[in-house]
Amino acid sequence: MKQVKVGAAQGFYGDIIEPAVDLAEKSDVQYLCFDCLAELTLAILQKDRQRDPSLGYTKDVTTTARALLPYVKRKGIKLITNAGGLNPEGARREMVRIAQELGLQGLRIAIATGDDILGRLDELQAAGVDLSDRETGQPLDAIRDRLLFANAYLGAQPIVQALRQGADVVITGRTTDTAQFLAPLIYELGWAADDWDRLAQGLVLGHLMECSGQVTGGNFSGDWWNVPDLDRIGYPLAEVSEDGSFILTKAPGTGGTVSVDTVREQFLYEIHDPTTYVTPDAVADLTAVRIEQAGPDRVRVSGAKGRPAPPTLKAVMGYRNGFMGSGMIGFAWPKALTKARRAAEIIRKQLDRLGVQYEEFWVDYLGVNALHGPAAPIPDEDKINEVFLRVSIRTKDREQAARLLRLFPPLVLNGPPGVAMMPFAAHTRELIGLWTTLIPRELVEEKVRVSVEEVG
Amino acid sequence: MAKVQLKDVVLARSGDKGDTCDISVFAPNEAVYEHLKRVLTPDVVKAHFGAWVEGPVERFEVPNVLALKFLCHGALGGGASSSLRLDNLGKCFGSNLMRLEIDMPDQLLNQLRAGGEHR
Repeated sequence: MKQVKVGAAQGFYGDIIEPAVDLAEKSDVQYLCFDCLAELTLAILQKDRQRDPSLGYTKDVTTTARALLPYVKRKGIKLITNAGGLNPEGARREMVRIAQELGLQGLRIAIATGDDILGRLDELQAAGVDLSDRETGQPLDAIRDRLLFANAYLGAQPIVQALRQGADVVITGRTTDTAQFLAPLIYELGWAADDWDRLAQGLVLGHLMECSGQVTGGNFSGDWWNVPDLDRIGYPLAEVSEDGSFILTKAPGTGGTVSVDTVREQFLYEIHDPTTYVTPDAVADLTAVRIEQAGPDRVRVSGAKGRPAPPTLKAVMGYRNGFMGSGMIGFAWPKALTKARRAAEIIRKQLDRLGVQYEEFWVDYLGVNALHGPAAPIPDEDKINEVFLRVSIRTKDREQAARLLRLFPPLVLNGPPGVAMMPFAAHTRELIGLWTTLIPRELVEEKVRVSVEEVG
Repeated sequence: MAKVQLKDVVLARSGDKGDTCDISVFAPNEAVYEHLKRVLTPDVVKAHFGAWVEGPVERFEVPNVLALKFLCHGALGGGASSSLRLDNLGKCFGSNLMRLEIDMPDQLLNQLRAGGEHR
């Protein structure tokens, strides 16, 4: 029976590359698949592109290319990545440059485009598409002049098309987290575009693997202290059968653990209604899935049920949503928390006296309740060794946000005693709002293009 | 009946989507799962988080992996990229929920202890 082996290479922009090298080196993986684009990543890439139009892709494609292209050539491993971000063509140019530097002529590098709809919004509205936000119902005009990016989520089919055209590397822009993982299964195992149950299994696989180490013992809430060697954690490797069932494991000799518990924790991660996991490729019902231990570091996953793909694609747009200013200062025992509270009061009074325009004033006491908020009980103050105060404000412009930062250094001389300055923590940041809408898929898909270039 | 903290009984992982925090809680066996379905209601979860969850809490049952999933709306101060919170991605809501104390029949607790599932 035919089988295909796919591995996870990166779970976000900035993820380490060593586990992917481990898979390439120590396993017989055939496809290394990346998910580089969190919801926010495109906002970062847009800022890069505004500075330099040749950018707009995740800059670690350079590292990826150097580390993995030699295996593409030598072992025939294929790479599938959405590192193209807002500029797949730019990412390909960089990959080709590295391939040439390494003397890897003949590699075929494909891109898929058509997800970027920022320049098509008028056209879509003229075609009758309602681009209001799904969450709030607000019309697009409310934020139109503040838009940074607008991309529809493409599924696996453009990647499958690239593979059919002989691509060794496929680079896309905004695709679903699962598309990179599902595409090789469709291509290798010959699944039909309406084989909903198998496609749903592929979506479950993609979902389990797209956060890299989160399924192999990372971020594990159980007995994490018994998970071995997280310093050299292995990323997931799946051995997939024609019927869609698969064994989830990892490269031999790596750290981490693959157990029913590590797998089920990731299984439901950030999935809303488990009966209705909507993607452009199918709608999966996760409540039918079976997860069983099949051996040490081997878990068998089967049984997903699928329903037809939806007639619309989700699009996410990012818009400028004001600024945040934030600073920190540390206080030592005794009465560390009381000191931090007093310092927060001083800052607030000074902000108001200075007339700083802020829309929200937010205080955290790190070491006490910054991560758990009202549910965290406040310990007996004599037992608190130190507290770090963080104050943040939300403002319309960066200048107002920056005025907060200047209030921290004087506290060392003018505030409660026993202070550590933390100037490295003072910063302003632009806030990005996210806007979600649905677009009839044919209006997006008619513009999707796949092209393959051979490294000369 | 004994009082136990969820941390001694369940696994939990949380994450975000927009301004919604998404928490999954996993039971060690079916008997505990059935018990959790009774005691871990959306109201109990909302009350636990207090002012940090401004909107409603929805619950989904996922019996094949002995899980309850909670969607906490309006829980992240405007959502990851618009939030002033330190945990703007909601990654600590899972461990936060593990603080919750629930009533547990002695028999279930003894089973967990005997099976080594009680941490």
